[in-house]
Amino acid sequence: MSMLKIFDTAGSAMSAQSLRLNTTASNLANAESVSGDPNKVYRARHPVFATALQETKGGADHAAGVKVLGIVESQAPLNVQHRPEHPEADENGNVYLSNVNAVEEMVNMMSASRSYQNNIEILKTTRDLMLQTLQLGR
Amino acid sequence: MKIDLLGQHALALKLRSMRTEVLATNIANADTPNYKARDLDFSAAFERAQTDRVAMNKTHAAHRDTATAAAGAELKYRLPHQPSQDGNTVQSDVEQAEFAENVLRYRASLMFLNGKIRTLKLAIKGSE
Repeated sequence: MSMLKIFDTAGSAMSAQSLRLNTTASNLANAESVSGDPNKVYRARHPVFATALQETKGGADHAAGVKVLGIVESQAPLNVQHRPEHPEADENGNVYLSNVNAVEEMVNMMSASRSYQNNIEILKTTRDLMLQTLQLGR
Repeated sequence: MKIDLLGQHALALKLRSMRTEVLATNIANADTPNYKARDLDFSAAFERAQTDRVAMNKTHAAHRDTATAAAGAELKYRLPHQPSQDGNTVQSDVEQAEFAENVLRYRASLMFLNGKIRTLKLAIKGSE
């Protein structure tokens, strides 16, 4: 039955969205992290999604899930603060703050959770339809 | 001899389930950059599947089903109302509305099929 593929599709989308939620949580948790070395400071991480075409045998190629190509670190400039009293400060008295944008992360979080919910609804509806189809002719 | 007892709703059910799959894929890829939303032109696919009703024999596991192949030809890209920066053309609201409608019509076909089966059972038994 072809509708079984929907479970794979929606499932892959849900795992991708939950990974996105995970990176958002990590970003927000590290939003205030500080370092004296610009190479060691935490940078915002974001997943990159791509369509995963399913290899289908004898079927159409219309069902495609989501896969995560990888996680990229944001290249936005770091915030530099002059705080000579800070224990992590470098020889110039500067500390580097992570480039996490809290507003952007909140938007990402909402978008991810809405998409996750959408996919759950799809799964529920599909399950109902399949159950009804199984009872055909009873 | 093969008698088509269930009529068009069997075919409709097949195409509807395919369309459900296409729409579910669109919603799943709502956040994928450069994903282009697709949809199945149901009436065109239905007509096409009916005109080439001469079903071909499947002699290999990889052979396509005639109805599915007909529907595959009617898969089209959706034109978005608004462009987006990441090249994604999924509009969640449109997709959800289409999905709901499609599910409703699937259920309608199921009900018609159920009615037909009940009638056939009645005809076979002669009484309830």
